[in-house]
Amino acid sequence: MSLRDLLRFAIQALMGHRLRSGLSLLGMGVGVAAVIMLTALGEGARGYVENQFANLGSSLLIVVPGKTETTGALPGMGGAPNDLTLDDFEAIVRRIRQVERAAPIAMATTTTSHGELRRQVAVIGTTKEFLEVRNLSLGRGVFLPEGDIRRGASVAVIGERVARELFPGQNPVGKVVRIDQWRMRVIGVLTSRGTQLGVDVDELVVVPVATAMRIFNRSSLFRILIEARAQVDLDTTAKSVVALLSERHGEEDVTVITQDSVVSSLGSILDTLTLVLAAIASISLGVAGIGIMNVMLVSVSERTSEVGLLKALGVSHQQIVAAFLAEATLLSLAGGLLGLTVGFFGVGVVVGIYPDLPAHPPGWAVAAALAVALVVGMVFGVLPARRAARLDPIAALARR
Amino acid sequence: MIGLENVCRSFAVGDSEVRALVDVNEQIENGEHVAIMGPSGSGKSTLLNILGCLDQPTSGTYLLDGREVSGLDEAELTEVRRNRIGFVFQFFHLVSRLTALENVELPMVFAGTAPPERRARALKAIEHVGLNDRADHRPDQLSGGERQRVALARATVMGPGLLLADEPTGNLDSKSGTQVLDLLDRLNENGLTLVVVTHDPAVARRADRALVMTDGRIVRRLRGKELESIQGIGPGIAPGTTDVTSVST
Repeated sequence: MSLRDLLRFAIQALMGHRLRSGLSLLGMGVGVAAVIMLTALGEGARGYVENQFANLGSSLLIVVPGKTETTGALPGMGGAPNDLTLDDFEAIVRRIRQVERAAPIAMATTTTSHGELRRQVAVIGTTKEFLEVRNLSLGRGVFLPEGDIRRGASVAVIGERVARELFPGQNPVGKVVRIDQWRMRVIGVLTSRGTQLGVDVDELVVVPVATAMRIFNRSSLFRILIEARAQVDLDTTAKSVVALLSERHGEEDVTVITQDSVVSSLGSILDTLTLVLAAIASISLGVAGIGIMNVMLVSVSERTSEVGLLKALGVSHQQIVAAFLAEATLLSLAGGLLGLTVGFFGVGVVVGIYPDLPAHPPGWAVAAALAVALVVGMVFGVLPARRAARLDPIAALARR
Repeated sequence: MIGLENVCRSFAVGDSEVRALVDVNEQIENGEHVAIMGPSGSGKSTLLNILGCLDQPTSGTYLLDGREVSGLDEAELTEVRRNRIGFVFQFFHLVSRLTALENVELPMVFAGTAPPERRARALKAIEHVGLNDRADHRPDQLSGGERQRVALARATVMGPGLLLADEPTGNLDSKSGTQVLDLLDRLNENGLTLVVVTHDPAVARRADRALVMTDGRIVRRLRGKELESIQGIGPGIAPGTTDVTSVST
């Protein structure tokens, strides 16, 4: 008997019970679709987080005041740490050899206005290195000028949306913007970049760090961003920074975060999440397999006399097993393909609604879902197929 | 040629043993037309099942064309059923989802016959039973007589030497029954050995000879003019006897 004939016989048998076949196929489809969609969401979450960090550059160190371990609180909260100061920043740049460039950051939210138009924006005080450390670029004009970091010029670089809303239809470069009570000349506009690490670059106003400290009436820094030289070990660099600042402050009261450590720890959490989601979804594949077995058992008992006939016609034990196994396998395969279609469609819908989520099912999940569907169908098809082949032909034929 | 020597078949039913066939000895020559008669439970169906290699004797030997069949394993029996034996049943046993033509093709599908040859042979067999215009109909679109003729085409399409019919007209009106019996006679005239189990004297009278069974033994052998004397041996003739076919299930 050729494979083609075997498949044709199986398909004809399945088509004889469309509703029943369709429902068990649907069960398998739901299982496969669930695996695909859930793993896609898991991957999407991971991709989203990684994208957030990837924009920063991979050799970035962030110095945060406060010590996570000692206070048990978030960096910068409680424990009354010493402030990060511009002196600290200068010490890092001067004394740590592995530093390629660094940017101090002072940050606060305040009102920015132009004429009658005003809005609340985050104002960042920094230096010209900020542009490169954060991988930003300018749409128009120039970025902050070089010079003594303690002498702040009255200039500002504004985010793309701030430019659009405060200067609708105009070129803001050269115009004057009011930040809090201070008048600043706009010298550049940042290229749109979206949200990075919870800060919307498009809604940012960047001024020289000394200017920002003057506006906020504050002498402490919010963060220090450090870009390490290529090929230096980030962990050793981080340790040197901590050692230097501990020496200056008399205690270890800063935390240095590396992008890699954050990404890899988040990545492994999200990988686990994806696996857990896949495992949960695979349960439905097992359930679908039991559904197929159920349908096949019903089919065998319904077709007892057909099996008896086949035996009388000289159809072998193996051929009867093969025929029923082919049915179960076709059911699970068709269910798998249906699930694949539905799953990819579902992922497409999710991506359509949340374009920031790079949700796509990982290849291993697609392959595993199909393979599991197929194997489950075959495994759960064996019992009914063997039951059919073992039927006593005389008893089977005695039934009408 | 069929040779049965001391064939016994018994079934264990609970603690007791039911002896369905007791020391059956019989020779059936090639091309013969033999009827098997007897009340329900007389063992005629069991005998037919053994002749069809669906069942094995508990003791004794069954020779088919000089080959001892009683010792063959399941795979060899399958082979014998496929190529040497055709079956016709009271309830037709057509596969309801397949057309008449596909039903006739079925044995060849599993025997691995190539599709073009399969189709040609099936069409020829369908034509032989006079149903060319019904080839694409499904069983539920056919009358009982037409269904039995499709079953007959299926039983003969592999070219067996022996055709076993279990009450072939038991479920048909007399007109379609006659058509089926005429077809069987014609096949027999062409050299097919025919063994028919029946209650119906009219069916038995068409045979060369008849074996009458009671309690698992062949009690009478009738031939020629003796067949005319056969009276109806209905299912209810031996009240209280166990129907072996249903016990064996």
